[in-house]
Amino acid sequence: MQTETGKKLMTGAEILLECLARENVDCFFGYPGGVTLPFYDALYDSHIRHVLVRHEENAAFAAEGYARATGRVGVCCATSGPGATNLVTGLVDAMMDSIPIVAITGQVHSKLIGSDAFQEADTFGITRSCTKHNYMVKNIDELPRIVHEAFYIASSGRPGPVLVDIPKDVFQARAHYTPVESIHLPGYKVFTEGHAGQIRRAAQLIFEAEKPFVYAGGGIIAANASAELTEFVELADAPTVTTLMGLGALSAAHPNYISMPGMHGSYAANMGMTDCDLLIALGVRFDDRVTGQLATFARHARVIHVDIDPAEVGKNRNPDIPIVGDVKRVLQKLIKNLQELEAEFKPKNAAARARWHAQINAWKAERPYDKPHSETDIKPQHLMEEIDRLSGGQAIVTSDVGQHQMWAAQLIRFNEPRLWINSGGLGAMGFGLPSALGAQMARPDKLVFSICGDGGFQMSVSELATIASHALPIKIIVMNNGYLGMVRQWQTLFYNNRLSAVTLDCFPDAEKLAAAYGFKGRTIDKPWQLTQALEEAINEPGPYLLNVKVTPDENVYPMVPAGGSINEMVFCPEPVLS
Amino acid sequence: MIQTISLLMENKPGALLRVTGVLAARGYNIESLTVAKTLDPELSRMTIVVDVEDRLRTQVIKQMSKLINVLQAVDMSDAPSVIRDLVLVRVRCPQESRAAVLKEAEIFHARVIDSSTDGFAIEATGEPGKLDEFIEVMRSYGESDVARSGAVSMSLEAKKLRLQPPVMTPVAVP
Repeated sequence: MQTETGKKLMTGAEILLECLARENVDCFFGYPGGVTLPFYDALYDSHIRHVLVRHEENAAFAAEGYARATGRVGVCCATSGPGATNLVTGLVDAMMDSIPIVAITGQVHSKLIGSDAFQEADTFGITRSCTKHNYMVKNIDELPRIVHEAFYIASSGRPGPVLVDIPKDVFQARAHYTPVESIHLPGYKVFTEGHAGQIRRAAQLIFEAEKPFVYAGGGIIAANASAELTEFVELADAPTVTTLMGLGALSAAHPNYISMPGMHGSYAANMGMTDCDLLIALGVRFDDRVTGQLATFARHARVIHVDIDPAEVGKNRNPDIPIVGDVKRVLQKLIKNLQELEAEFKPKNAAARARWHAQINAWKAERPYDKPHSETDIKPQHLMEEIDRLSGGQAIVTSDVGQHQMWAAQLIRFNEPRLWINSGGLGAMGFGLPSALGAQMARPDKLVFSICGDGGFQMSVSELATIASHALPIKIIVMNNGYLGMVRQWQTLFYNNRLSAVTLDCFPDAEKLAAAYGFKGRTIDKPWQLTQALEEAINEPGPYLLNVKVTPDENVYPMVPAGGSINEMVFCPEPVLS
Repeated sequence: MIQTISLLMENKPGALLRVTGVLAARGYNIESLTVAKTLDPELSRMTIVVDVEDRLRTQVIKQMSKLINVLQAVDMSDAPSVIRDLVLVRVRCPQESRAAVLKEAEIFHARVIDSSTDGFAIEATGEPGKLDEFIEVMRSYGESDVARSGAVSMSLEAKKLRLQPPVMTPVAVP
């Protein structure tokens, strides 16, 4: 592609590719169709890699996997009508988890818009509420500006999905391309620095607190603020939980680290949150799955809430100290303030702090996560423990949605950010496989596990073809319990065990299924096979499908029933001795 | 509680839908909405009157402020402001009450804009509550029909506009 394009007459499709190149896009995920033909024709000559997924929803999930693994903007592309509507779930998912992706959709010819033309859908209208911002390009002259704005909006402030809808005639039109040098969005408010006075007050509160507690989330990962978080929790001398979206933000090996909090969080995490006198909330949104009943959540605590999105501060819990800013910048300033105040304050409450850490450790010892093993069957927790041991806190693990997701989040430890990739806010089944595909494309150097349930795996099973076609060495681990396990768990616990529409029979033979796509697969159901089978999968240079039949009736504990207080957890009933 | 929101926004396609979408997504019904260009033709000012639960009032303003096309969203219920509404009333009245209708219109500083043997078309502006009274009075004279503009509001204090400065695009070409 020519880079000195100041005077060159280019088509809209060529201009789009030029803009993508300027945004450093090296690969994207898509599915062509009628109105994107001019774009795909131009792509034929481009150095940008295109990954042909087998369903547009998976293009969006793969772009998310790419973005989550790298922090860079993920890109997906679909044609008009059904292509665009298939992207919607992925867009909502990226919106809920604040993931930067740009979706490019084709639209019917400008003259046909509104005429119910073939493969026409009101993509601009449909995606308004599931994107951070969206555009319809009506003129080739505005195309470069819009593409760069889309990348800027997706990746700045609170990240999120942005969609650009491009009619066929805009792809085909020709114009003199002039590079866009600056973006002007006067109404786009990004607050980064945080209020100096509030930061100072926060630092004082942290030193005055006897029982401080850090509640860190996906915002730390989005802001690439793990190093700052680590320094901060050490200086603040505070026990720390990371949410489902924040796993790896603080290394699981760090002495201050407890676990994930919330509905399936650990006893120590939830007790600590309930009992603390100062809750330091960093890049989190007080999600209902974390807080349980809001009225009783951390009820004795003063709250410091740092978030880049002003609408999150005070949404669910009114903080004593609201700080709107980029959590990385705010933590840097907070660290500086703490260092200045350290000499004056630290000695005063050392005894109280020691009691607090001892209390946390006592809770940790009192009720660790259940790790049942069996001589005859594979317990799902056993599977996760083995994956944890083999990954050593270093592998990328993508998860689908359900019981396996919770067990993986509980038992697999992450020593770095951007290793744990899951659909947290939306809980979109089918996410696991395509997000692994995106993550492995972005990080060819990494061992990638895709942990799925037998339900979610079959929602995006079509991507086995994409994985095989690109020879991506993803280790697909199906935790197969023959049920839609999480729904089955709720039916067992809250619906008198009336198991309605949750049985998944007819799971395909994994070895034959993998062989049909040209790679290796295997089914195991005995605990003594587990380690060897996982090692075989890891040592295989290509993709591997490991179907692990686990005990079908296991429930995820501890569990805070929906709407309950998080210190009132339900634990696994003592097993009946047979 | 009824909330009056004033927005300064970019005059771009879809901007109106984004703003009303914030309300529609939460199931709020809009009482009135007006929008027109400002002195700067690229900007519009919108006044929305909507019934929002008290605890969500600031959340609604924050969600609107977040929209890329919105430069400023202000809750007018908390700020010194003027709110005006315009109403057109067509009233049918018998010959013997014509003089009385004209007298009432005068009391409300309303203007007759059309007169026929059947009755009048009258234009009035004022605070929304005052116009409610005017409409009631007109209806007492005979069959009436009304068209209202909805509230238009203006803050009485100049709030500083915080605008994002331009940023550079990536110039790196691989």
